Amino acid sequence: MNQAGHTVKAFDDEMSDIRGMISDMGARAEAAVEAAMNALRDNDVESAREIVKGDKEIDAIEATVERRVVRTIALRAPMADDLRDLVAALKMSGVIERIGDYGKNVAKRVGALEGHGFLDSNPQLFRMADIAIEMVHMAMEAYARRDVDMARAVCVRDDDVDQLHKELFVDFIAHVAKHPTDATEIAHLLSISKNLERIGDHATNCAEMVYFSQTGSNLGDEFD
Amino acid sequence: MTDDNRRNEQLARIARNNMGEAAADVPSEPIGLADPKISARGVNVFYGAKQAIKDVSIDVGMDNVVAFIGPSGCGKSTFLRTLNRMNDTIPIARVEGDIRLDGEDIYSPKMDVVQLRARVGMVFQKPNPFPKSIYDNVAYGPRIHGLASGKAELDEIVERSLQRAGLWNEVSDRLSDSGTALSGGQQQRLCIARAIAVDPEVILMDEPCSALDPIATAKIEELIHALRGQYAIVIVTHNMQQAARVSQRTAFFHLGTLVEYGKTSEIFTNPREEKTKDYITGRYG
Repeated sequence: MNQAGHTVKAFDDEMSDIRGMISDMGARAEAAVEAAMNALRDNDVESAREIVKGDKEIDAIEATVERRVVRTIALRAPMADDLRDLVAALKMSGVIERIGDYGKNVAKRVGALEGHGFLDSNPQLFRMADIAIEMVHMAMEAYARRDVDMARAVCVRDDDVDQLHKELFVDFIAHVAKHPTDATEIAHLLSISKNLERIGDHATNCAEMVYFSQTGSNLGDEFD
Repeated sequence: MTDDNRRNEQLARIARNNMGEAAADVPSEPIGLADPKISARGVNVFYGAKQAIKDVSIDVGMDNVVAFIGPSGCGKSTFLRTLNRMNDTIPIARVEGDIRLDGEDIYSPKMDVVQLRARVGMVFQKPNPFPKSIYDNVAYGPRIHGLASGKAELDEIVERSLQRAGLWNEVSDRLSDSGTALSGGQQQRLCIARAIAVDPEVILMDEPCSALDPIATAKIEELIHALRGQYAIVIVTHNMQQAARVSQRTAFFHLGTLVEYGKTSEIFTNPREEKTKDYITGRYG
C-alpha cells in the first residue's frame, strides 16, 4: 500500500527507522523465546542466563520507539495511514516487549525444574512453543510486508495455542496425581505453558495492529 | 425544463454516478442530506475558457462545520465563493448548475444578491475591518439593512454580535476606537462580529486564520466551535490540523473536482480515496 514518498523526505526516514526498530524488536523477542525453550529442553543454564541479560536490549529499543513515535507525532502531525502506522508501532513495541519478558520468564525457570519427569515423556509443551514462535514470526513478517492476509492467519492460529494450553493443563494435573514428586517441575511448566499461551495472544495483538494500520479497521470486528 | 425537473435529473445523475464500481464495495458517504441548508448540484465554474470547478455536488447542513481542503488552485475558494455569488464580482467568471439556500435557487434572476450576502456572510483570509470605529464596523450591516429600529436596539445588536464573536470583553470599553487599531486576531473576530450582526444563516470563512498567530487562531477555532449549530459554517483552510479540529465534515478538492466528501473523523484517519490520502499525508505531487 504505502508507496509514494512524502514530500518531506525526513518524514520517510523517521517512519522507516521506527519500522526497522519494531522489526528488530520482533526478531529479538522471537529469538529469545526460541532460545529459552531450547535452553529448557537442554537444561542449558548458561544460555538461559544470556537470554535474561538480552531482554534489557529489547526494553531499551521499546523506550526508543516510544520516544521516536511521540516525537514524530509532535513534529509531523501525521494523518491517515501514517498516523495508524505510528499508533500500531507504539502498541506493538509494548506488546513485543511483553513477548520478550515471557521469553525471559521461561529462561529463568531453566535449572529450577528439579527434574524432567514430565518433559521427557510429553513433547506437547514444545509443540505449543513452536506454534507460538511461528505466530510471532508470522506477525512480524506480516508487519514487514504489510500483509493483511498473513495477519489474519496469525489470529486463526491462536486457537491452536489456546487448545494446547488447555490440554496441557489436564495433562499436568494427571501427571502430578501419578507422580507427586514432580510437583515442582509441573508448577514451573504450568507457568511456562501460560507464558506461551500469552505469547500467542500477544502475537495476535501484533497481527491485529498490522491489520489496523493497513486497513483502518479492527480485525476483531471481522472475527466477532 | 422546469427548475424541479432539472434538479431531479441532476439528482438522478449523481445517484447513477454513486452506483459506479468504486462506490460499490465501499460504503459511500451520501452527498445528499435530509435537510440541507445549502444544496449544490452539478456546479461548474469557468474563468473565461478555463474551467475551475467541474460538476461539484455537495450539501451543507446546519449541524456540522464543513471544511474544504485541497492544494492551491484546486478550486475550493472558488467553490466557496459561488455559495454567496461572490464570483459575480469577477467579470469573466461564469457559474453553471444549481445552488440552493433552503431550497431557493440563489442564481435565480429574482434573487436579491445584497440580501443573499446578508444571509450568507463571509470572512476573508486577511482581516478587512472598515476604517471606522469598532462600533460602526459592527453596526454598518444592521444600519444598511434596516435591522434596528433605534439606537438602543442597534447597541444591543452590536453588543450581542461582539459577544458571540468572543470580542466583547476585550473592546467593550473602547467601542469608539478604530477597528483597524486592533490586533490581527481581534480584527478577524471583529469581521466575524460584523458578519454575525446581520443575522446570517450561513458563514463562509476563507482561510480565516492564515494571517494569525497560534493564540489568535485558537480563539477563532473556539469561536467556530461556539457558533456551530447557530449558523451553517463552511471553512476553507490549508491547515489540515485545523480542518480536523474544527469541522465535522470535510470535502477534498483536487483540480476543480470534489474527490471525497465525508465525516472528518474518517477522512483524516481512513480516507477512501488514494488522492485524499496522498494529500493529507503529505505525499501529494
